Amino acid sequence: MKAVIAVTLKPGVLDPQGQAIQRACTSLGYESIESVRQGKRFEVELEAASVEEARRLVEEISDKLLSNPVIENFEIESIG
Amino acid sequence: MFAVVQFPGSNDDRDLVYAMKSVLGADARLVWHKESALPPETRGVLLPGGFSYGDYLRAGSMAQFSPVMADVRRFADAGGFVLGICNGFQVLCESGLLPGALVPNRNLQFICDFVHLRVEQAAAPFTSRTRVGDVLRIPIKHRDGCYFASEDEFRSLEENGQIVLRYCDAKGQVTANANPNGAVGNTAGVRNRAGNVFGLMPHPEHAVEPALGGTDGIAILGSLIDALGGAR
Repeated sequence: MKAVIAVTLKPGVLDPQGQAIQRACTSLGYESIESVRQGKRFEVELEAASVEEARRLVEEISDKLLSNPVIENFEIESIG
Repeated sequence: MFAVVQFPGSNDDRDLVYAMKSVLGADARLVWHKESALPPETRGVLLPGGFSYGDYLRAGSMAQFSPVMADVRRFADAGGFVLGICNGFQVLCESGLLPGALVPNRNLQFICDFVHLRVEQAAAPFTSRTRVGDVLRIPIKHRDGCYFASEDEFRSLEENGQIVLRYCDAKGQVTANANPNGAVGNTAGVRNRAGNVFGLMPHPEHAVEPALGGTDGIAILGSLIDALGGAR
């Protein structure tokens, strides 16, 4: 099975990389780009007997390792 | 005996042993991260600076799962003194032994420089050799050293006296200009609620001899030695 997980910074956590990317857009002439927030995307392959079991495992590793709950949120974008 | 935990990618581990042992006369030893337990004679645990696991994923995120860390957690939960410096601070935050998180510096640059730190809490076991308001001059060298805690959490850290050191100017003024990395509240060092676990971004082990540019780091490392009743 394959799962795709997105990890993003929580609102309120400063994202200097996103800000730098936004400024780069502006300097390239894309002045309509107002804000960029950068995140991470994980593609995970796993063995599981069911989608439910896979989701439980993926939630567990997302919470324990892939994201830091102090600063980040995670979302399972797809699984199956 | 002070156990200095050596992770793959630690690079201030030997400097820390040197500072504790050769400069301050304490018994300090490297302990490889794959050990399943701390040596029985361990009286304090030091997590050194560096780039454990190459800073993959997030700084400090992998080292929290090293085998020896389970025993470090038990040691801390039992009231043992644990000090994390730079990457060690990141490991302690990632492992939940300290509140908050360390994120990339606001200017996205690696900063290597002496900074000034205002002592906010002067108490055993980590800052008994200082007084509140003292200004320490100790170097930083990091890219992911911007301390973050949510507004509510930070307020409770302040109320509970958990902010131990803040970046300041040479006169001890805590100003935005004196904040090298964007840390919330100019925070440079934080302790846990019980006060037995302390993490800081500056490197006291790199300020223990005049030849290194200063000796203010002794105030912190020496406090810890005092708290354990002397050098042995």
